[in-house]
Amino acid sequence: MTTPTQSPDHDIHHARLDDVQGIEPSPVRPTSSRAQWLAGVGAIVLFAVLWQVLDLHLALAVSISYLLFLAAVYLVYRSAGGRRVGLDIIVRWLVYGAFTLAILPLISLLWTVISEGLPVAFSPSFWTEDMTGITGLDDQAYMEGTASLAGGAGHAIVGTLMITGAATLISVPIGMFTAIYLVEYGRNNRLSRGIRFMVDVMTGIPSIVAGLFAFALFVQILGPRDAKMGVAGAIALSVLMIPTVVRNSEEMLRIVPNELREASLALGVPKWRTIAKVVLPTAASGLASGITLAIARVIGETAPLLVAVGFARNWNLDMMTGPMNSLAVYTYDIFTKPLNPAIIDPSRERAWAAALLLVLIVVGLNLLARLIAKLFAPKSR
Amino acid sequence: MTAPPDEPRGDHDPTATSGSVATRPPDSPGTTRPKARATRRPGDVVFSGLSLASGLIILLILVLVAVFLIQQGWPAFTADSEEISGGEGFFGYIWPLVAGTVVASIIAMVVATPIAVGIALFVSHYAPRRIGVVIGFVVDLLAAVPSVVFGMWGLQTFAPQFVPLFGWLEDTLSFLPFFEDGSATGRTLMTASLVLAVMILPIITSVSREVFLQTPRLHEEAALALGATKWEMIRTAVIPFGTPGVIGGVMLGLGRALGETMAVTLILSPGAFTWNIIGSGNNTIPAEIALNFPEASGLRLAELIAAGLVLFVITLIVNLFARWIVAKRSEFSGAN
Amino acid sequence: MSKRIDVKNLDIFYGDFQAVKDVSMVIEPKSVTAFIGPSGCGKSTFIRTLNRMHEVIPGARVEGEVLIDGQNLYGRGVDPVDVRRQVGMVFQRPNPFPTMSIRDNVLAGVKLNSKRMSGKAADELAERALRGANLWNEVKDRLDKPGSGLSGGQQQRLCIARAIAVQPEVILMDEPCSALDPISTLAIEDLINELKSDYTVVIVTHNMQQAARVSDRTGFFNLEATGQPGQLVEFDDTQKIFNNPSQKATEDYISGRFG
Repeated sequence: MTTPTQSPDHDIHHARLDDVQGIEPSPVRPTSSRAQWLAGVGAIVLFAVLWQVLDLHLALAVSISYLLFLAAVYLVYRSAGGRRVGLDIIVRWLVYGAFTLAILPLISLLWTVISEGLPVAFSPSFWTEDMTGITGLDDQAYMEGTASLAGGAGHAIVGTLMITGAATLISVPIGMFTAIYLVEYGRNNRLSRGIRFMVDVMTGIPSIVAGLFAFALFVQILGPRDAKMGVAGAIALSVLMIPTVVRNSEEMLRIVPNELREASLALGVPKWRTIAKVVLPTAASGLASGITLAIARVIGETAPLLVAVGFARNWNLDMMTGPMNSLAVYTYDIFTKPLNPAIIDPSRERAWAAALLLVLIVVGLNLLARLIAKLFAPKSR
Repeated sequence: MTAPPDEPRGDHDPTATSGSVATRPPDSPGTTRPKARATRRPGDVVFSGLSLASGLIILLILVLVAVFLIQQGWPAFTADSEEISGGEGFFGYIWPLVAGTVVASIIAMVVATPIAVGIALFVSHYAPRRIGVVIGFVVDLLAAVPSVVFGMWGLQTFAPQFVPLFGWLEDTLSFLPFFEDGSATGRTLMTASLVLAVMILPIITSVSREVFLQTPRLHEEAALALGATKWEMIRTAVIPFGTPGVIGGVMLGLGRALGETMAVTLILSPGAFTWNIIGSGNNTIPAEIALNFPEASGLRLAELIAAGLVLFVITLIVNLFARWIVAKRSEFSGAN
Repeated sequence: MSKRIDVKNLDIFYGDFQAVKDVSMVIEPKSVTAFIGPSGCGKSTFIRTLNRMHEVIPGARVEGEVLIDGQNLYGRGVDPVDVRRQVGMVFQRPNPFPTMSIRDNVLAGVKLNSKRMSGKAADELAERALRGANLWNEVKDRLDKPGSGLSGGQQQRLCIARAIAVQPEVILMDEPCSALDPISTLAIEDLINELKSDYTVVIVTHNMQQAARVSDRTGFFNLEATGQPGQLVEFDDTQKIFNNPSQKATEDYISGRFG
């Protein structure tokens, strides 16, 4: 074991790590993976006892069993496999625990939205009608079973589409060209570093501040009375959307291999055509999917529209005059201010239905983004 | 998809390689570029001009945000202190809101960060790849769930769950100033903070997961080949590589928590600032604005806009701090 | 110290796909053994099974035995973590940890494998490993600088230093020079020659001349057709393989008729 081989021409004194003075080795001994599952069964039994027999609060019972489980697993594996194995296994179970802990509220959230929203979300009148003239009396009639649920979110659906669409039209060109500047022209000069910095700052602008900005801008132009309108909302959303578009696009342009640019430039293709014909098409699927994600990101925004566009209970297709409605603001409005304060259920049904639609739109856009990225990915590889 | 117009330009001479470009005469009368930089085609000028202009627009927007908020909020700073809500001047009005905002966000961040990093590691390094991809996608979706939906869920489903816990905290830990008078509705800063934590979880997770997944395979294998356990491999290769990204994600999450409006607006039953986080009371800047903005006018409007300005400054500071940390961290990591 | 490796009837699979079929060989201690063959023939896959690094790829598994001084790497109760400490590996591209200094890079494995280490022992070990990797003179003045600041060849020698710092029995090298320039390659080849006086060295290389220059014994891997598993066609003294191979396929490959 400890016969160091001395070779004359160089200087390796080969020895076991254990034999080096001043080092205390920490070996890994093999362990069976069965013990942790045994401990798991034990923890579940313990949990059942704590919860049902000792009647502890569910969350408390889970926490206690989990912590005891961690401690048991750590001690067992530490004594069998050494310190490093104990640490390895405890991190593994902490990671699993984190995952479970996070999944629970998310499942609860989705379940609430779906179960509360489903009854109303897909009735045709909810899509086609607005809330003009709907009062608490209609809700009373609905609860008594003499009428169907009155009104709908048609105006809000259209408002959401219009405002988000306008915001997209503003954000995409600005965002994309900025990304092109950063990647293709600016490289790393002072201006591009400044822009990148500002984009980062912009990413952090709270959505309600974006709304206040748009509102203040229009107050400046039109005075406080006429400031609230669809376009103001679109501008507020653009402030939130542009940085996302820039970042996503920048990322996508950056992963276009430099060889492609050089190959094109070496053929004498001018730079702008290299960008338009080589770089952008190569990155196209990524760009499109990034833009879709940016839309998904802002389409559910409430606060900026609440501030910059206000509420409307009626149809308003004119983005330049007066408040409009949008799904998110509709949801908030009807949820917090039920038509009939004594009978809140119908209003809650409307609110959850609108919330479900919003979630579906967001999910749909996210799926679409994936699909685009997959279907139109560059053919290479 | 959204490639800019690329109408064919017949003037392009296929034999003109980069070497011979310089010999071509400037083909556009409008270019005033120095000749030394070879030929500037009009296409190039327009294209780079557009790109540059877009970049400058972003700078302009940011300046305008500050300018308009200051301009419209200014009356709140100069008005007599009796005229401001609460009657103690703007500072007296804003500090409880700032405190509420900061406390709620910090609780959310502290709760969310370890869990998010855990999920990110689960997805990137512990779960089988296919499951990891699915979970990653679910997490991405949740990052996009509108905040108003989180707020409604927080109020209707989540908050009631906490009433017994608050009761227990009140009974057991009431010697701490944070736990007194447990709320009977669960509409407290604690609940709001936890909902915020759930909301920022997906952001921190997806950013962290992304950087963890980008850890060069080479470094992971290097660690494993030295006889590292899984955790040691993660500690040696994944965490150092991912730390700047994780910090970025956490700061992004903190920024979102600070500016998050709807969830807090819906959940909290607002009131004056108090250290008691399981009773009613407290408010945050964004919730204050959202609650009062629709009916506000005159000086009240200026007050709210000024409050927005304060929020803007706070998030700005958080952002600058985040950038500073990330920059400091990435110095050593170098390019690979 | 350096140990003998016995491979017995090893089959390697990725899921259902068999990548390497029925390899048996004996690798002598204190020698350099090279594997050559066309791309995709499974030589890199095979070398990874000698320290269970192939397990990093989901779905990869082996059947058969790899014995290191009589102990089966794939026996029950053998922890891959322990295997990898004894069988070090150097990769195609140099991969020093970017966030660590040169010194920390060298000591990374030692730190993982020890509970505590005195500063003196650490210095000594770092110097010894860097000298062993012929890098000491080039970096002794900048041990606290990041390892990523070195040239490619230096980085690769840093990785070798990192591998020998944990005192392994065997060092595997998976095309260690494929990303390096000729001068750095030469430095690595010299180093391999020196390493074999203390370690069992196994190297995969794309470069036949390199195999001829550095190795004592050479194994030629080939596959009958794409989609077929790779096989060990011939395994013999390097001299014999390059001068007088017994298999037609080996001769064709050596003389550059394919590959």
